[in-house]
Order: sequence, then C-alpha cells, then structure tokens
Amino acid sequence: MGLEEKLPSGFLLTTVEQVAGWARASSVWPATFGLACCAIEMMATGDPRHDFSRWGMERASATPRQADLMIVAGRVSQKMAPVLRQVYDQMTEPKWVIAMGVCASSGGMFNNYAIVQGVDHIVPVDIYLPGCPPRPEMLLDAILKLHDKIRNTKLGAQRERQIAELEEAKRRQLPLLGQSGGAA
Amino acid sequence: MSPSTKYTEYDAYAAEEAFEGKVFDVSGQDWDQVVSAAEDLGDERLVVNMGPQHPSTHGVLRLILTLDGETVTECRVGIGYLHTGIEKNMEFRTWTQGTTFCTRMDYLSPIFNETAYCLGVEKLLGIEDQIPERAQIIRVMMMELNRISSHLVAIATFGLELGASTVMLNGFIDREHTLDLFEEITGLRMNMAYVRPGGVAQDLPSGALSKIRDYLDRMPKRIQALRKLMDDNPVYLARTKDIAYLDLTGCMALGVTGPVLRATGLPWDLRKSQPYCGYETYDFEVATEDTCDVYGRYLVRMREMEESLKIVEQCVDRLHSVKGPVMIEDKKIGWPAQLAIGADGMGNSPRHIAHIMGTSMEALIHHFKLVTEGFRVPAGQAYAAIEAPRGELGVHVVSDGGTRPYRVHFRDPSFTNLQAVPAMCEGGMVADVIAAVASIDPVMGGVDR
Repeated sequence: MGLEEKLPSGFLLTTVEQVAGWARASSVWPATFGLACCAIEMMATGDPRHDFSRWGMERASATPRQADLMIVAGRVSQKMAPVLRQVYDQMTEPKWVIAMGVCASSGGMFNNYAIVQGVDHIVPVDIYLPGCPPRPEMLLDAILKLHDKIRNTKLGAQRERQIAELEEAKRRQLPLLGQSGGAA
Repeated sequence: MSPSTKYTEYDAYAAEEAFEGKVFDVSGQDWDQVVSAAEDLGDERLVVNMGPQHPSTHGVLRLILTLDGETVTECRVGIGYLHTGIEKNMEFRTWTQGTTFCTRMDYLSPIFNETAYCLGVEKLLGIEDQIPERAQIIRVMMMELNRISSHLVAIATFGLELGASTVMLNGFIDREHTLDLFEEITGLRMNMAYVRPGGVAQDLPSGALSKIRDYLDRMPKRIQALRKLMDDNPVYLARTKDIAYLDLTGCMALGVTGPVLRATGLPWDLRKSQPYCGYETYDFEVATEDTCDVYGRYLVRMREMEESLKIVEQCVDRLHSVKGPVMIEDKKIGWPAQLAIGADGMGNSPRHIAHIMGTSMEALIHHFKLVTEGFRVPAGQAYAAIEAPRGELGVHVVSDGGTRPYRVHFRDPSFTNLQAVPAMCEGGMVADVIAAVASIDPVMGGVDR
C-alpha cells in the first residue's frame, strides 16, 4: 500500500482484528467451574509456583456474566449438566470452553449411567485437555494454546470465511497419521 | 416480572417446586419490579439458592437457605451433583482395579480411600498378618503425608472463602511441596492407586527418604508461618470464634467424626482407639479443643499436621532399617511390585518380563491370569474403618467368591458430617454459613461418589 511511508514517525499501523485479538487474549477471565479432582489442580494453577496471573487470569470470576472462559474441571454428572449449560448461557459472548481432564473431554474411566460422556454433548468445546487430572503445567499449555486461538480469531465476514476454510481443511484431512499433503 | 411464570421448558431451578405463597424467580429482570411486588405481599421470608456452582461451597454443594433478614431460619442441603457411580463401576472391575476407582472418590485424600478399601479386601482374604512390615510403614507414611496435604487444602480454601487469598496462596505452595513427594514416590500427584491389596504398588525410589527428610526440616517452619498468619488475626477470629457451634451431644446424635468431633473435646481417633497398619507402635497425640466452634476445628487441623510430621519422621527412621518386600509373598494375590521406568513409561521390571517371557511358561500363564482375571476372594463381607482427614472412613466389601466385588460401599466422613450443616447454620447469620461449611471441609467427590 505504501501508506506507512507517507505517515510521520511515531505511528503504528495494525488492524482492528489484531487489536481485538490481543486485548481479548491478554486478560481472559475464567469462570470458576470446579467440579472434581481437576478443580484442585485448576486452583493449583493459580498458586505461586504456576501462577496464571502472569496471563491476567488470576481474577477467577465468581459470576459467569463477567467471565470469558469456562474451564470445565472434572466429571459432569447428569444432574450437573443443566446447571453447567445454564452457567454457559449466562456468560457473555465471546466465550471459550476448555474441557479439562478426560472426564470432561470424553467421560474418561467413568463410562456409566451417572456421567455425561464428554461435556461437548452440552456446550461447544475449544480445547480438550487430557489427563487424570492434568498437571497445572498441562492446563497452562492448554491456556496458551487457547490464547493463540483467540489472538488469531477473525472478525465479521473474515470470520465466516475462516470457519469455512477450517471446516474444509478438516473435511479433506486424511485419517492416517504421517501422511503428508492430506490437509490441502 | 409477574409473580408466577409458567415454564414451558425444563428449568433446573423451576419455581413450580414451591407449593405455597408467591414465587419470584429473579434471574436478570428489573429489580425494582420484584421489590415492589414483594412489598405488596408483605412477606419477609426469602429463599436463597446457593450453589451448586458457587465459589464458596467447597465444590458442587447446593444449599437452600430460608432467610429472615440476615438470619438463617432454615437450611437445606442438596447433594448429588457429583454422583459418579464409582461404587457401581467397581463391581465390574477386578479387586485390584478397584483401587483405581476408589482413589478418585475423596480426591483430597486418595491414599486413605485406597488404604481403607485394601484393608477391607485383606480382611476378606484373611491375609492381614501377611502384609510385609515395610509396606505397612510406607502406607502409614503416605497416609500422614496425605493428611498434611488434605488439611493444607482445607485451610487454604477456608481462607479463600473468607476472602483471604494470602492464606490460600501459602497453603497451596506447601501442598505443592507435599505433592512433589507423592510424585517422587508414586509417579502421580493425585489419584495414585498406590496402595494395593497385599501391599503397595512399588518400593520407594532411591533418594526418596532424603527428600522426605528435607521436607520434614522445612515443614514445621511453614506451618508456623501459617499459624502466625491466622492464629491471632483479629479479622479471622471474628469470623471463626463461637461460629457454627456444635457440641459433643450434637456430634454424637449426627454421627459426626473427625476434626469437628475432636474440637468438642472428645479424643476419638481411630488411629488410637482401633489401630490399623501398626499405628499403635507410633508415638503421637490426638489433637483436641473444647471450643466446639470453627476456630477450634481450625486449631485441631493445625495440630494434626504437626503430629503427622512426627509420625512421618518415625516412619522415615524405620524405613532406613526395615528392608524387604512391599507386596505379599503369596504369588496368587501379589501383583508384581518390582516396577521400573522404561522408554514407554512405567511398567513391570525387565527382570520380571525376562522371567515370564524367557524362562517359565507357567509364570507367564500365572501372570496372565492374575492380570486379566485377577485373584478370587472368598465369599463373605467385611468392614474396615480408618481415620481419614475428615473423619471415619469406612468400607464395606462384599464378595460372592468371584474375581470382582459383589458390592463395595463407602461410609465417607464428608457425607455424614454434611448433615450437621443445618444444626450449625440455623439461627446464625447468612455470612457464617460459609464458615460453617468450610469448617466441616466436605469434599463433594466423597459425598456423592
């Protein structure tokens, strides 16, 4: 474009998308949705050793209305499922979900009458985090990956195209590992 | 909003459950309208739902409080939001695999769940006096370390719920140090499945004892630091002294055990009164207080941590001299306990693999049968109880003679103690409900199982 050359010094050009993504990713407030064992590890992620306030996340939001991120930490029972959905509905857009631990991701070892076999039956999930329970370091890794996703989210019409592209890429992906050129 | 709203869809908080009076379901409407409509009725009674998703209820506990102003007139406890079907799942796994499930019940005291279950199974098998001494010492040591980490979380979350995040940060960093030891010894921070019927999963790794010694040197100062922060803190005292009073009579009537009972002055501790795992040979005291309030329960927990450190020290001394196997000699029951770390993670030691794959066909068959099918337990039933951080943890195991439990039921202290919540809260202020629940320290994984 050459616009940069015509500007006086001291100006920085960026896009609305990048600013919005940077701002959103810099201070994600998690809703406190601790359920079981994983909740203890989620709290341990806030302790002085792991300290997720380094990413502006120490303000674990007691009210879902001020939260951006729901970390579903633990097994979701059939009785808890409607409550979980209600809390998710109360969160304002944009919002993200991490399914922490195998129970939230897929039901894990509790393949029985009581446990919802994966929280993605109830709410859309952005990151599946395995482990029983995952270490705090693993949760931090999941959070950083989510930050990357938030930062690179497109807006408006671009977003629709991004979703279509991602869907197409997934559709064309070959199921076998190690095969190159699968995702065109 | 209108005083009565018809719900067409399923609503978890449906107002139709109420059967008398007008119901105002307040979820995002104009507050002024609600207040004016309530004023017209002249009814001061307010029913507040607290939980199951609430930052101060110790997990997914639901409390339904009836308030008159700020005074709680009725308190009902709703549980079951974390029901996992663990007891049912255990009926479809071998006796050894059961430890993997029961360790996830009360997730703050996994070693206690495993030990209680294994003591029950060992009672049914009639092998209580064949458990190697080293295994018993390791069990005691792990239980006492677990008691410290559990009490630390109890006090840390208690501080957090009263609004003191300094307490929470201090408690959790000390817990991390304890979990480092668990990771060193068992390979996992939580949910270890380390205690198995017949012994423990593997011996201590080299260097573990010196790490525990370092921990024992550091920990008393850390507990002192926590005490310095809380013991005489005027804000803390105002929130805990004479709050949630429950005396000995009340505790006995409700079946309450653990620190809540010991804070009434009764030194009831199963480690002393019905010793198991050789607790009668250790030198320690039972911490008691006579204040019957939240502050007394806190002091009991602090003293118990100090006593636990004493027991761990005695275990370390013994482990230096007591050598030998950590799994029962009987090969028909004892899972191979000589594990080793390979390229693909933890597994049976190369020596054991060489033996079953290279030299003895019978050993291979035996290993295959033990691992896939498991051992058989004579038909009958047994009850074993231990002193968990929250009180008496009992297990009732029933066998029909097969390789899987017919029924396993746990008497979890959190569940029993939780029924004391109305007795503690009713008549008090609504803000003290938080302190009352936190002083019981219920773990919902144990309550609902």
